[in-house]
Amino acid sequence: MIHFQNLFKRYPGGHDALSDVCFELADAEMAFLTGHSGAGKSTLLKIISLIERPSRGQALLNNVNLAKISRRRIPYLRRQIGIIFQDHQLLMDRSVFDNVALPLVIAGFRHQEIGRRVRAALDKVGLLDKEKQNPLTLSGGEQQRVGIARAVVNKPPLLLADEPTGNLDPELSWDIMQLFENFNQVGVSVLIASHDLELIKRMDHRILTLNQGRMHEQSSWDLD
Amino acid sequence: MSANKTASSNRGAADASKPNGRLLAYCLNHAQVVVSSLGKLYRTPVSTLMTVAVIGIALAFPTGLYVLLKNMQVVSGGWDGATQISLFASMDVSDERAAELGQELRQMPEIDKLHVLTRNEAMQEFQALSGFGEALEALENNPLPAVLIIHPDKAHSAPAQIELLTQKLRAIPEIELAQLDMQWVERLYTMMEIGERGILVIAVLLALAVLLTVGNTIRLDIQGRRDEIVIIKLIGATDAFIRRPFLYTGLWYGVLGGAIAWVMVVASLGVLSDPVQRLAGLYGSSFSLSSLGLGTGTALLAVSILLGLTGSWIAVSRHLHQIEPT
Repeated sequence: MIHFQNLFKRYPGGHDALSDVCFELADAEMAFLTGHSGAGKSTLLKIISLIERPSRGQALLNNVNLAKISRRRIPYLRRQIGIIFQDHQLLMDRSVFDNVALPLVIAGFRHQEIGRRVRAALDKVGLLDKEKQNPLTLSGGEQQRVGIARAVVNKPPLLLADEPTGNLDPELSWDIMQLFENFNQVGVSVLIASHDLELIKRMDHRILTLNQGRMHEQSSWDLD
Repeated sequence: MSANKTASSNRGAADASKPNGRLLAYCLNHAQVVVSSLGKLYRTPVSTLMTVAVIGIALAFPTGLYVLLKNMQVVSGGWDGATQISLFASMDVSDERAAELGQELRQMPEIDKLHVLTRNEAMQEFQALSGFGEALEALENNPLPAVLIIHPDKAHSAPAQIELLTQKLRAIPEIELAQLDMQWVERLYTMMEIGERGILVIAVLLALAVLLTVGNTIRLDIQGRRDEIVIIKLIGATDAFIRRPFLYTGLWYGVLGGAIAWVMVVASLGVLSDPVQRLAGLYGSSFSLSSLGLGTGTALLAVSILLGLTGSWIAVSRHLHQIEPT
């Protein structure tokens, strides 16, 4: 799914955010990405979601070279990635339904198909009864679930989450992680950036650690 | 899972990617944006009305002037008939020869009407009108030549064409003198040409103002929706998808501004119409001010829509690229 080979990212001004990063995320694999603030987690996610371009080395997404993709093709590639943000990035001037429907509207789905899929996604995150509400009226955990429903609604093969539980209490965080595991079990690749080590340890998945732009692999019992 | 999974994950879109389904979804999206962009304008009535009024006034001004100028041209068109060329034959040309010449000249397409005044008729007219009748009786011979009075055809009444015709007639050997008093015609035409140019200059400047108004309004709209644009770019929206609502907003500004301009011009001309008719009546004319016709009105609306679209296009292409997720 994702394949990084000797990847470097240097920002203008000379700061090296990523140095010689090599890693692979297999199809239908779930992994965590950890590290201190400024270790390069966000940069790595930005390269996968085509917000930033690598400076050197190779980054492949589904065998597509991200360094060489043209500006015009970026939107179509992004449709293969469901992105979940820490602050959920919902549009507060429209309903839950319309927020979740947005990726389908963008991709040009038909009306009936949109209704069917949006309700299926809302059902999976347990918010089917809130489709007509405005996201502002929902709790933080519910808003995050709307964000997840929006990310999965057009069935992308890859989910990227950037600190998805950053603002949630442990119990809600656990629920959200279970949700990601459910999607992973039906074949979706999942990469979650998080520094919630307690939570990560409780889940049995590969852990990729970034330290000053370099990557190390750990298993969950190394973390102590 | 890569290739297979990706293909199957897009199968839902494949429903829509059946040629008909995709086209239908595309058209539906357009239709939806047409309505929703109008709805957005409707929800901010004051700012919409101000923008649209500026566009309307800016377009009504040159349009109104243009209609007035067209009216003037109709009036002056009536005066064109008054242009006449007098050909004075040489003294040795007989009345018969003058009549023959008249027959020949009538064949020319530039000539509408031709009247031959024989030497005798010229004499009688002179006696009747000049007050020197008795002095003339003292003369042995008729001192007046035959005269051919020519009214140029309407289709050939532009000053340059009349000048050309006069030169052609002057070249006829039997003609001693071809006289044309057309200075006033030339002046009038020149003045109207200046008027036309002036209106064109005003129209171009005000069109520019409309472009800037729409462009700036759309620019502010884009800035106000910056966060939304970033989010939908991350979800995979193409540039065209993001552009669409802004372009339709510009189109609506054009439609509404053009409609307001139309109403303003018709109303202003309506106010002028009565006094103009009275003035024409004082000159014994039945002239009445004609208003903005359907053709000109449609052109006004088309120009307005084009300006709205262009203005928003400029704003969108300048500012949308600057908004990227970071």
